[in-house]
Amino acid sequence: MATEAHAAEGATGYIVHHLTPFSVGEGFWTLHLDTLFFSAVLGTVFIWFFKTVAEKVTANEPGLAQNFVEMIIEFVDQQVKDSFHGESKLIAPLSLTIFCWVFLWNAMDLLPVDLVPGVASMMGVDTMRVVPSTDLNGTFALSISVFFLIIFYNLKIKGVFSFSKEILLHPFNTVFLIPFNILLNIVEYIAKPVSLALRLFGNLYAGELIFILIALMPWYLQPLLSFPWAVFHILIITLQAFIFMVLTIVYLSMAHEDH
Amino acid sequence: MSINATLIGQMITFTLLVWFTMKYIWPPLIEALEERRKKIAEGLAAAEKGQEEMDLAEKRALVVLKQAKEQSSDIVSLAQKRANNVVEQSKENAKKEGDRMIEAAKAQIEQDLQQAKEGLRQEVATLALSAAEQILKKEINKAEHKTLIAKVASQLG
Repeated sequence: MATEAHAAEGATGYIVHHLTPFSVGEGFWTLHLDTLFFSAVLGTVFIWFFKTVAEKVTANEPGLAQNFVEMIIEFVDQQVKDSFHGESKLIAPLSLTIFCWVFLWNAMDLLPVDLVPGVASMMGVDTMRVVPSTDLNGTFALSISVFFLIIFYNLKIKGVFSFSKEILLHPFNTVFLIPFNILLNIVEYIAKPVSLALRLFGNLYAGELIFILIALMPWYLQPLLSFPWAVFHILIITLQAFIFMVLTIVYLSMAHEDH
Repeated sequence: MSINATLIGQMITFTLLVWFTMKYIWPPLIEALEERRKKIAEGLAAAEKGQEEMDLAEKRALVVLKQAKEQSSDIVSLAQKRANNVVEQSKENAKKEGDRMIEAAKAQIEQDLQQAKEGLRQEVATLALSAAEQILKKEINKAEHKTLIAKVASQLG
């Protein structure tokens, strides 16, 4: 195991080591290469697979891959149609990207906890964190992008004046409560990306932590525990990707609704 | 666990992914789905139309069948009538022919009767003559009365 060579502090060392990113740089300009690498690879996998199908797509009898892609597309499209009532060319593809990308991120969770770090250590990389959604940078990158879109659409659909009015006079429609309204609205708007990012991060971080803890058990106990936890995680990873997507749609649909 | 420049890198990746999906992946797929939806709708409509047409054709066939039945029963009754006529006519003809034959037979009988009567008359005359001869043979000398007998005989002939 990779742990024994680097951290000799037993269980704690093993856990900490598994949750330490492979990074370069100092301070803010640190880059988590593992997060960047795996999310880019997974993004490429997603893009490549869907693009391959999209190139050969036919309205006639679909193949197996096309069926699968269509199932996802229709599922996402249905979610968008259910929650979002405006006209937008961006929201559906955005939701699809979020759903698939986050799902693939989360699915990395199902790899054995020592597999990729083990291979990496053979190649001379000491620490390796394979699940991009256990990196706050990954989840916040998504949610902050969504937040920018929320602000953008608020300004675009409602206009600067109407949007400002909403911030100043909502929920309490009196001039005296303007500061209070501003405070409430800022909290409301900030809460959206923060809750999006932290929900995904928390679920996956905790899940990964449990996998690591199971990996510390005697070998004969590990399958007994990691198998049910992995099965349960199939649900968790799909659900978290789904929640992230649906909330994005809902937030953007709220941004499109003019009061 | 700290927020750092990775965030920016991830956001760039995300933006690129969304852009790519929006441009190259979503439109052709959703278009194909829409096209298939349309095709299915068209197929269903065509099937419904075909069904309707079939119903209509069935109705039409029923009407035609009914007409044909009526026509055939008309033809049958007409034929029956005609057959009756023919039978009547032949009966009449037969009766006429029979009558005619009876007439002919009657005429023949009459003729035969006349002939028989004639024959009988001859025979009676001969008989009467021979009887008269017998009587005369006894009483009259043949030679004496020769001229008289010849006279009578010539009268008879």
